[in-house]
Amino acid sequence: MKKDIFTILTNEKLAKDVFKMTLQGDTSEIKASGQFVNIELSGLFLRRPISVCDLEGDVLTLIYKTVGEGTEQMSRLSKGDKLDLLTGLGNGYDITKCGEKLLLAGGGVGVPPLYLLARQLIKTGKIPSVILGFNSKEDVFFEDEFKALGAEVFVTTADGSYGIKGFVTDAIAQIKSWDYSFACGPEAMLKAVYDCSEKDGQFSFEERMGCGFGACMGCSCKTKYGAKRICVEGPVLEKEEIIW
Amino acid sequence: MVDTKVFLSGIELSNPIIPASGTFGFGAEFERFYDLNILGSISLKGTTAQPRFGNPTPRIAECPSGMLNSVGLQNPGVLEVCETELPRLKEVYIKPVVANISGFSIEEYVECALAMDSQEQVGIIEVNISCPNVHGGGMSFGVSPKAAAEVTRAVKDVCSKPVYIKLSPNVSNIAEIALACEKAGADGISLINTLLAMRIDLKTKKPLLANVMGGLSGPAIFPVALRMVYEVYKAVSIPIIGMGGVSSAEDVIEMMLAGASAVQVGAANLKNPFACKEIIETLPAAMEKYGIDSLSEIIGGAH
Repeated sequence: MKKDIFTILTNEKLAKDVFKMTLQGDTSEIKASGQFVNIELSGLFLRRPISVCDLEGDVLTLIYKTVGEGTEQMSRLSKGDKLDLLTGLGNGYDITKCGEKLLLAGGGVGVPPLYLLARQLIKTGKIPSVILGFNSKEDVFFEDEFKALGAEVFVTTADGSYGIKGFVTDAIAQIKSWDYSFACGPEAMLKAVYDCSEKDGQFSFEERMGCGFGACMGCSCKTKYGAKRICVEGPVLEKEEIIW
Repeated sequence: MVDTKVFLSGIELSNPIIPASGTFGFGAEFERFYDLNILGSISLKGTTAQPRFGNPTPRIAECPSGMLNSVGLQNPGVLEVCETELPRLKEVYIKPVVANISGFSIEEYVECALAMDSQEQVGIIEVNISCPNVHGGGMSFGVSPKAAAEVTRAVKDVCSKPVYIKLSPNVSNIAEIALACEKAGADGISLINTLLAMRIDLKTKKPLLANVMGGLSGPAIFPVALRMVYEVYKAVSIPIIGMGGVSSAEDVIEMMLAGASAVQVGAANLKNPFACKEIIETLPAAMEKYGIDSLSEIIGGAH
C-alpha cells in the first residue's frame, strides 16, 4: 500500500452518472486487476474506495458512478487537480488460477475492474467472453473498449433498450463453452452468476469501508474459511469459499 | 530540545501518542507504513474470551467531521491473540502495549484479563466497559458506578499489571463512574469510547447501519471528549489516557492540558494511516510554538 498525491489528467462523462478519470502518480503498489484505491476528498471524513479500471505506467484509470456526495465531488474535478490516494488495496483477481475458456461478467460499475483483467488475460493468450450488464441503453459504457481488446463482448440491458434483454445470466446461456468465471457487480448479480453453474470462479464484492486497509474491521464478511476483510483478503473471493 | 516523555503507572512512554483500540488492528497491519517503535505505545484491538465475528454489515457510516462504526468487537479470541497476534507484533514493536479487553460477564473479563496479564509485552490492561455496539455487554458495565466498580475490582484481583478502565461517554455523570473505578482499585482511566449515534439512508428511509446504532468518533467528538477528560481529572487522582477525535499535535496538547497523561488517536488512523506518525513528528514544533518544554508538566494545566 502506498499513499501518494495523484494529478488528474482527464475526467469525462461516459454514460448516465458514470465518469472516467485518468490520474498520474505513483502506481507501483498496484499489483493486480480487481484491486482498488481509496480517495480522500475535501470535507469528507472517510475516503472513497474505487476499483482500478486500467493501469498504464504511472497513469491510472478509474470509472465511477455519482451516487453521493463523494463521487459527485469527484465528477466536478478537472485536469490538474490533485487527489490523495491510497493505492494497492485489496487482493485483486488471481489470473494464475483460472482455466482456458474464461467468462467475465460485470454489472454496472462492476464492469471497470474487468477491463484491466481482460487486458492481462489477453496478453497471456486467453481470449475471454465478456458480458456487460446494465439497466438501460443510457447506462452502457466500455463495450467498444472491450471489443478493441479482442474480447467477445455481450451487452445486456434489464429493460431491453440495448443488446440482449435481461440480466448477465441471460447472456451466459448464449455462451457455448466456458470453464471459469470472473465476476464483479451488485450482490444479486454475483449470486445469479454463482448459481447458474457449478464451474469455479472468482467474485469481487463490495462493502462499506472505514479505512480500506484492514485496520477497522468495518467491511468483514463470513467465508467458509472464517471472517475475511473485504478490503484486505477481498474484495475478490474464490467461489468455493463464499457464504451467501 | 523539548521533552515529550510521559509516564503511565510507572511505565515510561517516549511520547504520549497511542493508537486507540479498534483503529490499529493488532499493530502489525501498520508495520508496512512506518516503524511502529516511534509510538508511545499501542492499544490493541478489543479482545474477548471467545472469538467474535461482530455485527452484520454495513458497519460503517459517515457524518461531517466523523464516522460511525458498529463493528461489534470482532476479534479472534484471547487465546489466538496471545498465540498469534502478540508474537507477530513483538517482531516489529519492542515497547509495552495496552491490551484492551471486553466481556459479557465479570467472569469473561477476568478470563481475558488473566490471559493478557501473563503476556510479557502487555504493559497495561485496558478494560473496555463502554462498547456501545454489543447488546447486553460492554457498555452495560460502564453506565452504572456500581457495575463499573465490580468489574474493576474483579479484574484488579487477578492482575499484576496496571488496570485502566475505559469509560463510556453515554452517561449522565462520567466523573462519578471514574471515581467509583478509582475507589475499586483502578490504576488509571481511559476515556472516551464512542458516542452512541445513528444515520438514516434517505434512499431506503431505513437506518444506514445494519445494527441501527453505532459509535460516533472523529473530530466531531473532540470537544465532548475534552470536557469529559477535564471533569474526570477533577474527580480522580489516578492517570488518565484521553481520547476522542484527536487528530493533531495541537489536539494532543489540549487533551493533556485538560488532564490526560497520555493520548490515544483513533479514527484519524483510518482516514490517514500515517496520522500517528505525523502527530509525533509535528509535536515538538507545536510544543515550541506554545512555549512548552516538557509535556509531562502541562498535564491538567487548564485547571
